[in-house]
Amino acid sequence: MADPMRIRAQAAGDKVTVRVLMSHEMETGQRKDSAGKVIPAWFIQEVTATHNGKPVLTAEWGPSVAKNPFLQFVIKGGKAGDKVAITWVDNKGDKRTDEATVS
Amino acid sequence: MRTQTLIGLAVLALCAGAQAQKSTADGIAEYRKMLEDGNPADLFEAKGEALWKQKRGPKNASLEQCDLGLGPGVVKGAFVALPRYFPDTQKVQDLETRLVSCMVMLQGFDGAEIAKTPFGRGEMANVTALATWVAAESRGMRFNLPQGNVAERESYEIGKRAFYFRGGTHDFSCASCHGESGKRIRLQDLPDLTKNPGDGIGFAAWPAYRVSNGQMWSMQLRLNDCFRQQRFPYPGFGSEVTIALATYMGVNAKGAESIAPSIKR
Repeated sequence: MADPMRIRAQAAGDKVTVRVLMSHEMETGQRKDSAGKVIPAWFIQEVTATHNGKPVLTAEWGPSVAKNPFLQFVIKGGKAGDKVAITWVDNKGDKRTDEATVS
Repeated sequence: MRTQTLIGLAVLALCAGAQAQKSTADGIAEYRKMLEDGNPADLFEAKGEALWKQKRGPKNASLEQCDLGLGPGVVKGAFVALPRYFPDTQKVQDLETRLVSCMVMLQGFDGAEIAKTPFGRGEMANVTALATWVAAESRGMRFNLPQGNVAERESYEIGKRAFYFRGGTHDFSCASCHGESGKRIRLQDLPDLTKNPGDGIGFAAWPAYRVSNGQMWSMQLRLNDCFRQQRFPYPGFGSEVTIALATYMGVNAKGAESIAPSIKR
């Protein structure tokens, strides 16, 4: 089971700034371990964000995204009390969803 | 005329050089500022907090009764007064060794086994996460290490000796790099650790997340790296010299504001 994300969502005017910190190894598949064996690729492939259940962002990620990735985006028309949920799926099929309330 | 032009050019070139240098340092400061917003240390902090409250180990107990120096279960402010002397273990301990003691006493873990575990693995990774959370609970507070006990003063003196002890194939001490202000290695500013280097600098900045290798570094691991750069063998986890050095730096940093867990390149 993957570690939880840290999601912060703050409303300012009619915009909500969402900042997400995900816990993931993001292994590229290019590195070798101390025994010289290739470390298999393991990275987040798909990220989706929903605002009150409605999808507002989908992204396809690859191995070039850094370890423990940070994602920031703005939702227009959001307000305090709204729910923002983020889901990621990695190339091993592992997934994680976390939700935050806009403050 | 020709000479004048040349001088003019030289002055221009100097200015450009100075400017480029300044903007590089500024650029790094800006980069750090940007990273602060999404410091992955937050993830370790959250993990540490959960571990603190979770019932674990052979005794199936949480760490909530752990005494970090301010009484059982008191976490806030504990970090800025460590290392300190603990009567129950009769030793001066830093945050990490104290956490291991609590894991042994309260949860029934094997302390020697944890000390042997490499950083970032198994229970050692948990110790680092716990240390990150405990440090974070004292964010914004100022260092004020106790020196009332004779063992604490002794630890300081040993730390001072170790700090100035030159050795290794390259024959240098901690003080060679960290003994005066205004020094740097490449673009890394070197704090002067013989006095208070300022808020959030040196001892007041660790544990920290290292972006370059994606690892959470505790003070024990940070000290290991100093020994590595000195071409010394790695000290044992929680050994007397590492705690003495931490005491020396911690006492010197009196009054400095802790920003731990911070983010490093």
